[in-house]
Amino acid sequence: MPYFDSTSQQIQRPASNTFIVLSVLIALLLNGLPWEGIWLILRPDFVAVVLLYWCTYKPQRVGIGLSWAVGIFADVADASLFGQHALAYTLLAFGGVVLHHRLQMFDLRQQTTQVFGIFVLTYAVYALVHWQVNGYMVWSFFLGCLTSTLLWAPLSITLQKMRQMRMDHDRT
Amino acid sequence: MMDNTQSFQFFNRGPSPAARLVFFVVLSLLLLFVDARYRYLESARSALSVLVSPIQQLATMPSILWQQASSFFVTQHKLLDENKLLHQRHQRDAAQLSQFQALQQENQQLRNLLALAQRSEFTAQLAEIVYAERDVFKRRVLINKGESDNVQTGQVVMDDIGIVGQITRVYPWLSAVTLITEKDHAVPVQVLRNGLRTIVFGAGDTSQLSLRYMPVSSDIQTGDMLVTSGIDGIYPPGIPVARVEKIERDAAYPFARITCLPVAGVDSHRHLLILAGLPKLLVPPMEQTAAATAKKNIRAKGRNPEVQ
Repeated sequence: MPYFDSTSQQIQRPASNTFIVLSVLIALLLNGLPWEGIWLILRPDFVAVVLLYWCTYKPQRVGIGLSWAVGIFADVADASLFGQHALAYTLLAFGGVVLHHRLQMFDLRQQTTQVFGIFVLTYAVYALVHWQVNGYMVWSFFLGCLTSTLLWAPLSITLQKMRQMRMDHDRT
Repeated sequence: MMDNTQSFQFFNRGPSPAARLVFFVVLSLLLLFVDARYRYLESARSALSVLVSPIQQLATMPSILWQQASSFFVTQHKLLDENKLLHQRHQRDAAQLSQFQALQQENQQLRNLLALAQRSEFTAQLAEIVYAERDVFKRRVLINKGESDNVQTGQVVMDDIGIVGQITRVYPWLSAVTLITEKDHAVPVQVLRNGLRTIVFGAGDTSQLSLRYMPVSSDIQTGDMLVTSGIDGIYPPGIPVARVEKIERDAAYPFARITCLPVAGVDSHRHLLILAGLPKLLVPPMEQTAAATAKKNIRAKGRNPEVQ
């Protein structure tokens, strides 16, 4: 099968712990940039996209527990309630871990549709908690899951390329 | 090359994803419940915030660099103009200030004569905004004064013109200020023109405020200045809050729709003043617990210990 080669190669690409931690830290940093107004509404959740990437391609390393821990950090950074991001990222990681076989087999276009569902679930859980606690909803918040989905393809290509570069570097 | 093996190994390592999911979901829900109801986790939060704050400060670096770069290229002409303007303003203000001091003294004497309670003086400390929260749901900023500077929750934050918000969470070196434009954030105010008492609420999604529950017939006009009334014992009296922007009087509804704009630069300034806590009003012992929750939770519901 033609796709088997490409996917098995993708899986075999190395990812050191430092690289994973660094990518999550950079995602936290990007989430914290001074976004305002319309840009804040359209801001993709970089942390969610990066976590989902690792849950898909390295489910043995980055799983539900680690995503939960990153969620706690995101809660502190955002001063949201303890567990709000954590709960959303737990479900995100579960989606990634359970679907990782399927996602790895798909091409980018098919992946994007699958990933969209996971992001909608994640955003809905976050918004639901907010609604339960504070009693109102900001519907434009859900635009974020569209931009996050759009970010999936460029981000996974970038991270694949970076891992490829590391592999080439190791060989020489 | 252990991590390159296929996924069967994953299932051999510890519990299944479903079990993990259930465990962490329950843990998150527990944390959510404890945090939303009891606020026991503040110390854990401030400990973790020490780890997170370097990332936050790094994230604000680009905008700070941009500001510094743009301030570097200011022309001398512009600076001279500004200097002249500030000089003029300073002289005008100095004259007004001496007048004010005379009036203050006179007022104090009159109050002494009438044996009225003294108006409490309030001191302020200057703080700088380090970080504005990146969340569609919230209108909050973090400032660079925290527990180490004796900042307490409930203290009022203003800029040089008017009220900006209130401190809602204190970390070791930071504190979070909830802006008055936050959804349902309430400030007790008075209309400056006629002394009408009311409460102004934040709109949340826009940088606006609204007056709710004002009868259609109430005496309020476009352009009216709203100042704090001070009867709540948290906000000192007489500080500008907002200006009435638009009034819609529709006979079909019992209340008028009144939109106001905050007078302070709620979304624009970098430097803010934290007012020192005011001496609390005497609270009957029965209602002390109610007042304590009211201080913590600055919502309309808990606001009036007298009513409860």
